[in-house]
Amino acid sequence: MSTGFESADIDHGAASSPDLFEHPPGTGAAGRLGPHGLARLVSAAEVVGLYAVCILAALGLSALIIELTGGDAMAVFNALLDGSIRGPGRIGETLGVAAPILIVALGAIISNRAGLVNIGQEGQLFIGAAFATYVGTRMGGPGPLVILALLVASVIGGALWAGIAAALKYRRNVPEVLTTLLLVTVAAQLSGFGLKNQWLLLAPPEGRANRQQISAQLDADTRIPIVDVFGNEFPISVFFALAAALLVGFVLARTVWGFRLRALGHNQRTAQRAGVAAARYGSAALLIGGGFAGLAGGVMLAGGDFGNYTLVPGFPAEIGWTGLLVALVGRQRISATILVAFVFACLRTGSGFVAATGVERRIADVVQGLLVLALLIPPALLFLRQRRRAMAALEGRT
Amino acid sequence: MGSFLSSIGDVLTSEAAYINAFTFAVFLAFGATGEWVAERSGTLNISVEAMYLAGAFAAAVGYDSSQSELVALGFGVVAGLLVALVQAQMSHRLVANQFVVGLTLNILVLGLASFLASELDPVTEKSDTIPIPLLSELPLIGAALFDRSWLFYLIYPLVPLCWWLVYRTRWGLELRAVGENPQSSDVSGIDVNKRRRQGIYISGITCGMGGTFLVLAAVGQFEDSIVGGRGFIALIAVIFGGWTLRGTLAGCLLFGAVLSFRLSLPALGYDVNGDLLASLPFVVTIIAMSVFAKRVRPPQALAQPFIRGLK
Repeated sequence: MSTGFESADIDHGAASSPDLFEHPPGTGAAGRLGPHGLARLVSAAEVVGLYAVCILAALGLSALIIELTGGDAMAVFNALLDGSIRGPGRIGETLGVAAPILIVALGAIISNRAGLVNIGQEGQLFIGAAFATYVGTRMGGPGPLVILALLVASVIGGALWAGIAAALKYRRNVPEVLTTLLLVTVAAQLSGFGLKNQWLLLAPPEGRANRQQISAQLDADTRIPIVDVFGNEFPISVFFALAAALLVGFVLARTVWGFRLRALGHNQRTAQRAGVAAARYGSAALLIGGGFAGLAGGVMLAGGDFGNYTLVPGFPAEIGWTGLLVALVGRQRISATILVAFVFACLRTGSGFVAATGVERRIADVVQGLLVLALLIPPALLFLRQRRRAMAALEGRT
Repeated sequence: MGSFLSSIGDVLTSEAAYINAFTFAVFLAFGATGEWVAERSGTLNISVEAMYLAGAFAAAVGYDSSQSELVALGFGVVAGLLVALVQAQMSHRLVANQFVVGLTLNILVLGLASFLASELDPVTEKSDTIPIPLLSELPLIGAALFDRSWLFYLIYPLVPLCWWLVYRTRWGLELRAVGENPQSSDVSGIDVNKRRRQGIYISGITCGMGGTFLVLAAVGQFEDSIVGGRGFIALIAVIFGGWTLRGTLAGCLLFGAVLSFRLSLPALGYDVNGDLLASLPFVVTIIAMSVFAKRVRPPQALAQPFIRGLK
């Protein structure tokens, strides 16, 4: 029966308690204190306080782990900041990493808003990157055209891979959460197969060390152009990722198509009664989600921050998983998602500088994990309290 | 194709291949059995990977500090349980999204294990085998099944125990009910999220045992890539098995065989593409799910959180 996963499953906070992000902390209306103004101000302060406590607890716990193992916590945090923001040119590096994360997250938001649980972005990204590599290294012609073609190919690759899950869901009733997860592994193995065969992706023997399984490198004119802003170099795909974020936000919030998608996500049965074809909109959401993940793969390949313009085994480097995580932690709000994507990218680029402090760089993963857990607690607590009050009010009335 | 079939024949008559296959299979079976319990209660628990790794790392530390395999097992189980505790409390008390929690735990534990491993650098050695008289003399499979470390033998009581718990106790009935229809279970007085948390604890315990088995009986030395994504394979074995314990174990055997074929075929001198071979079980699982979609039914509330009053 209900193999669909309604959006309440995945973003109960965003769907059912819209007030969490609608009133950003700090916009408390001191001048417009109406009858409920004071109460609202108090609750906004409470939200901010709760977030602050949780984030501080996460950072404190990370610091404790570092200090207990004989490291210097302040040095590590400084290294993380130097490596991601403060060091010269490091913001460019971070933006280059944040762009694919954001693109994956946008796709995840679209699938999730339709009430679908697509957790296979890592695989869709890999297939997208493989398609992009094939087109980018085989197709000759003017550079810009090749870039366009390889990006389109990456979208098609990702969408195809998600399309398998969509077809199985709507033809055979197989839950998409299972198929997308299974297809992650298959994607890695398929790309690995491609990287072992020269008629697919493997570079010709003269361009690589013996037995090395990498693709040919993209030609210099088929790479995404790099811009330089105040000494920070990053591929222009960063701007496209931001534009795409605004576009997705607009489509979901302000168009009929987006409205129908959200309706489907809130309650499939009601949406279908109102004339939203679940199979059509659901498939579209999965395909677009996969397409975004694939595009992220293409951008990673042609943008150069990953794998140096070549496809290598393990190319996705967990960007797919991170993107999914970013979408869910950002509670599927575009603004929050952009912010979280940047923070996660900071931890990734910053970790490169941690080794110099004599602490293992994987500590960045620990910080990131603890931060995510900390960010999950406040909305869940607030949501539960709100539910409890609502239930109490209901019981009091009857 | 002919050479492929004859290679299969060669592997099927090689004792070493059976030993390898059962090492992988039993490693998967530890996690898969617990994961099966959790999935029957409606949690698609993707932190198996983290639980395995935590168990393996803690077991290595435990062995290093005490030189006792029993203490190592205790450490491993407690570490698996700790991860399960976070997963369960976050996803089934605070009702945060279970995939976010699971993904985060996978990242967190991998980071923590490799960070702490570089600081502590636990040294372990491979556990001795204890042959069971008579049974270990059996041709082909004797050594693979009955000439093993005592950690291997833990799987023999564990599986029936989990089966008994889930199918023959009131607790198990409630657990399955919670996985099928949480709303009705709630109305009939079952604490839905409590049962689900307990399901996750069980997978934490079994994964902790699996991690201990991995580091002490299968590999012999801890490294941070020791689990390397195989936790997901244990999860997929449950899906492959159509959420029955029998099927899950069959899935573990099949996946274990395929994982070890990848290693043993080249050793026997055959040139088989490992990647396509390795993807076979996943493709088979997907096809089986679509072909038998009518007969194989996931728990109806799988991966759906329960909040009273919200449907």
